Amino acid sequence: MAAGPAPPPGRPRAQMPHLRKMERVVVSMQDPDQGVKMRSQRLLVTVIPHAVTGGDVVQWLTQKFCISEEEARHLGAVLVQHGYIYPLRYPRSLVLRPDETPYRFQTPYFWTSTLWPAAELDYAIYLAKKNIRKQGTLVDYEKECYDRLHTKINHAWDLVLMQAREQLRAAKQRRKGDRLVIACQEQTYWLVNRPPPGAPSVLEQSPGRESCATSRVHMTKRADFYKQEIEYCRRALGRTRVKSSVCLEAYLSFCGQRGPHDPLVSGCLPSNPWISDDDAYWVMNAPTVVAPTKLRVERWGFSFRELLEDPVGRAHFMDFLGKEFSGENLSFWEACEELRYGAQAQVPTLVDAVYQQFLAPGAARWVNIDSRTMERTLEGLRQPHRYVLDDAQLHIYMLMKKDSYPRFLKSDMYKGLLAEAGIPLETKKRVFPFSRRPRHSSPSPALLPTPVEPTAAGGPGGGDGVA
Amino acid sequence: MCDQTFLANVFGSCDKCFKQRALRPVFKKSQQLSYCSTCAEIMATEALHENETLASLKSEAESLKGKLEEERAKLHDVELHQVAERVEALGQFVMKTRRTLKGHGNKVLCMDWCKDKRRIVSSSQDGKVIVWDSFTTNKEHAVTMPCTWVMACAYAPSGCAIACGGLDNKCSVYPLTFDKNENMAAKKKSVAMHTNYLSACSFTNSDMQILTASGDGTCALWDVESGQLLQSFHGHGADVLCLDLAPSETGNTFVSGGCDKKAMVWDMRSGQCVQAFETHESDINSVRYYPSGDAFASGSDDATCRLYDLRADREVAIYSKESIIFGASSVDFSLSGRLLFAGYNDYTINVWDVLKGSRVSILFGHENRVSTLRVSPDGTAFCSGSWDHTLRVWA
Repeated sequence: MAAGPAPPPGRPRAQMPHLRKMERVVVSMQDPDQGVKMRSQRLLVTVIPHAVTGGDVVQWLTQKFCISEEEARHLGAVLVQHGYIYPLRYPRSLVLRPDETPYRFQTPYFWTSTLWPAAELDYAIYLAKKNIRKQGTLVDYEKECYDRLHTKINHAWDLVLMQAREQLRAAKQRRKGDRLVIACQEQTYWLVNRPPPGAPSVLEQSPGRESCATSRVHMTKRADFYKQEIEYCRRALGRTRVKSSVCLEAYLSFCGQRGPHDPLVSGCLPSNPWISDDDAYWVMNAPTVVAPTKLRVERWGFSFRELLEDPVGRAHFMDFLGKEFSGENLSFWEACEELRYGAQAQVPTLVDAVYQQFLAPGAARWVNIDSRTMERTLEGLRQPHRYVLDDAQLHIYMLMKKDSYPRFLKSDMYKGLLAEAGIPLETKKRVFPFSRRPRHSSPSPALLPTPVEPTAAGGPGGGDGVA
Repeated sequence: MCDQTFLANVFGSCDKCFKQRALRPVFKKSQQLSYCSTCAEIMATEALHENETLASLKSEAESLKGKLEEERAKLHDVELHQVAERVEALGQFVMKTRRTLKGHGNKVLCMDWCKDKRRIVSSSQDGKVIVWDSFTTNKEHAVTMPCTWVMACAYAPSGCAIACGGLDNKCSVYPLTFDKNENMAAKKKSVAMHTNYLSACSFTNSDMQILTASGDGTCALWDVESGQLLQSFHGHGADVLCLDLAPSETGNTFVSGGCDKKAMVWDMRSGQCVQAFETHESDINSVRYYPSGDAFASGSDDATCRLYDLRADREVAIYSKESIIFGASSVDFSLSGRLLFAGYNDYTINVWDVLKGSRVSILFGHENRVSTLRVSPDGTAFCSGSWDHTLRVWA
């Protein structure tokens, strides 16, 4: 390579952990005992030592990592794409053929992590060498690059040509086998670092990631950063933690309860729309339907949040509360949600409206909050902000969750809904699987009029499902 | 550079003690002042003192972190895969690409589902943001942003608007309109302003608030209508790359992950960091809550996905395999939380059994790195976007 400026230090190494991992794999592949079987490969008249076949590489990967052949082929292909293994016979393309095609391991000098980014000067010398050695071996894009570099670093062009000639002269003194190997190594390096147009560059990064290293260094050196960390640690040391066994058991019960409701785990009836091209599942489970499915009604019993998040469930719950004369609790909670997630400009008006309707003495729909929370809330109302009703909202939420919700689940109303709800029949598999069912389009939500929050007035949202 | 090569003998009043002395130029936090020689000496020793406190702060922080780890370890009495031994293993998984969405002219960087379970919005490197009905694969809307690398996009809960942003350091909201005479770009609203690229954005429970994460190391909550900053979240030591809102009942927290290898849980109301986890060995590209809200998963450049429990306050599972070398760019849970789908930079998607910690399946198909992955709102499928210019819906 050029005797020019030394390559930049291996800073990118830390940022690209996958390169280090690939290097470890490649090094263990070259292990004399445990590695891939090495053999000498005959190329026309020259004998190249330490070559491996594509098939052996795939087999080694399959055995070492206990993976399927498909995955091993993919992993091998990735190693070749990054230039860690190069083909001896088809040097133009970095592709892994899982047969007798010979490959060799790239020398660490040319590893992506050691010599990156590639220098323009080096590329110019490489192209000049190719051009001098055999006129007309430069492929189109290489010719373009060569011309472009010629204009760009015209001032150093004498150096480029001189270096190129020197390197060619030095190469002539080597054995033919070594010359071939070095040529392949260099070519692979440049295929990775200067891919032909159209081929994806494996070295491309998202913008901004290059700045990560520098900004990281910058931000950790400040005193206030450490002060923040210390404060956080002090607070964290005081928090209560739950035993792992309790937390992990919770996952088991959650997954077990929800498993039958998970279409990707247990399938869905009548059919998964993406597989059958039939949107019946979505029609049956639209946000507002007259007849919710059995699974859906079951879900209302899993948690209070599930019940509230489903418009049909919420409407039925509102009905139930109405019968118990505590419907104002849910309406109050809904109004508080509107405040919390509403526009900033609406905050004063909404706070006032909620106060007038639910909290003021003698209000039309007065909610029963304990005196301490009421006092605190009224205090806060002097300077209204979007979180001013949080305490009251939480109190009412817990009241509904601990009291009204369990009674709802035990009520005849809920039991009746559960009994009425049906299980859809599975769609019969099509006789001619290649005939595609027409895929129905659906109106975009952006076209529909703004949906109104389901209110206490009337029963569950009328009408059939809207997809 | 040249103005520092000679020392002019200036005589005047010192900027610190205001006495009439011979002055020397002194640089404090890139501001040039003129101090007399005595004050300059004092300043030099002060700087030394500052360095000492920095070192002592650092060691104090380290020792507290160590103590915190000890406390966390005390309540760790069992591993997840041990508890999961009695759970039935999952059957063989056959997931295929059911839809391929072609239309982007460059790398797809981000996507989000609409609540109607079939529409999606996706953004790409060339500045194009497209809204698709992925069931029919029709494109419904397209907008060209004035910047490239649109790294974040989100669908509003009502389905009437989308938000997107990237190298323009802003998050803009576009109302979706079907009026042929209206240009979507005309009604664009600029909501968030950061000092570096926008890496992630998400609407909260309504169309009127947006949460953003940026390369400037902060997250922020904005009011869409006025563009007002409602709350900002400082604490990450480097670029913030991802965020996810908690599905909890009281709806007050969110988690973010960044280049500083930390995942931090924030209280939206106070702006404070409630919990932080630092066990990854490299940048965290993606975070997603477990459906119950008690835990979250993260995907990182160190080729692992990890599960962190919020009540136990620790990492409880690592999803990794020796043959997986490339970083995970995005993760998401299935509806029941039993499966974890992760898209990787080696063009594959791995499906993990969350409870047992084993890999269930590996999906091939993309021809370049998978940059984004989301499960649909009703869990019937998941969509992956890739640098190969396409999006795929799998089921």
